[in-house]
Amino acid sequence: MSHANPVVRTAAIVAALCAPLAFGQGGTVDEIAKYRAALQDGNPAELWEARGEGLWKQPRGPKSATLEKCDLGRGPGVVKGAYAELPRYFADAGRVMDLETRLVWCMVTLQGYSEADATKGPFGGPDHKSDMEALVAYIASESRGVPMNVSLANPKEQEAYRLGEKMFYFRGGTHDFACATCHSDEGKRIRLQDLPNLASVEGARKAYTTWPAYRVSQGELRSFQWRLNDCFRQQRFPELVFTSDASIALTMFLARNANGAPFAAPAIKR
Amino acid sequence: MPDPMKIRANVAGDWTEVKVLMSHEMETGQRKDAAGKAIPAWFIQNVTVTHNGKTVLNAQWGPAVAKNPFLAFKFKGGAKGDKVVVTWQDNRGEKRTDETTIG
Repeated sequence: MSHANPVVRTAAIVAALCAPLAFGQGGTVDEIAKYRAALQDGNPAELWEARGEGLWKQPRGPKSATLEKCDLGRGPGVVKGAYAELPRYFADAGRVMDLETRLVWCMVTLQGYSEADATKGPFGGPDHKSDMEALVAYIASESRGVPMNVSLANPKEQEAYRLGEKMFYFRGGTHDFACATCHSDEGKRIRLQDLPNLASVEGARKAYTTWPAYRVSQGELRSFQWRLNDCFRQQRFPELVFTSDASIALTMFLARNANGAPFAAPAIKR
Repeated sequence: MPDPMKIRANVAGDWTEVKVLMSHEMETGQRKDAAGKAIPAWFIQNVTVTHNGKTVLNAQWGPAVAKNPFLAFKFKGGAKGDKVVVTWQDNRGEKRTDETTIG
């Protein structure tokens, strides 16, 4: 610091003095947007993408197989654009699956993992890194820029969508909350964070296409699945069971509502 | 073994801009775990960047640097195809070296 250019230092002080003024009504949102833009270059999500790509190509499990033959809906091994079309109906499994559920399916059928092992510890924390989140980061990154295109052609897909919609508006739990309580109005906030209006096309698009994201405050990459689970926790709902029909249905509802918008994740969030 | 870094290096006029993402916990030593025990400090202490074998950056870091650090800097010179090598070493003695060619 002793070599710091005095002009630069003065500029920094002026900026520091002006900063509180920027936090007036409406200014906060702009400031957060600026903060995200500043961090977008060098988004640590790239580290998860790289690790996920490694995991995708690495022989693992009892059968020592890679996931490169895994069919994510666009044919075995096709990763490009797959995330933008999920969840979808898979005839081989006879059910609608989101990405995580499909990955578990592939880990069981191709790599020989037990279902319990494949679904263990889906979210990373202080003591363990999540392979699932890394795989999701990699696969999602291969859909960057691809317009969301979730199909409702199959009756099972329609059923999942309707169930998801019902869940979105269903009030329950100790707080008598629904997803819609916080997410169906414009301009609602939780602390300083704007809550997206997921009932609007614009809101659903913006929200769905920016997950997974690197959460700076947690130092972790978080998937959309994690977002749903944490929303359930915040509502004091029972835990959303990983790869359950309920979880897939809710994902289906929100993913389909984002149709048409270019996928823009992994992103970065505060 | 630590996870690999992501390194980008691009020529812009007379300068080469290098951007590095490192995967590291960067534990400060100030935090406590659920049992109330202090989590020992664990952070990158030394970063060295060389361009065609010549050191262009040498940094000593402390625990105040964020988790999964991002480092961006410029050095004068450099041409497309040159090799840039980044090495970090943490206070446990763990090391990671990755390289890229200037694009």
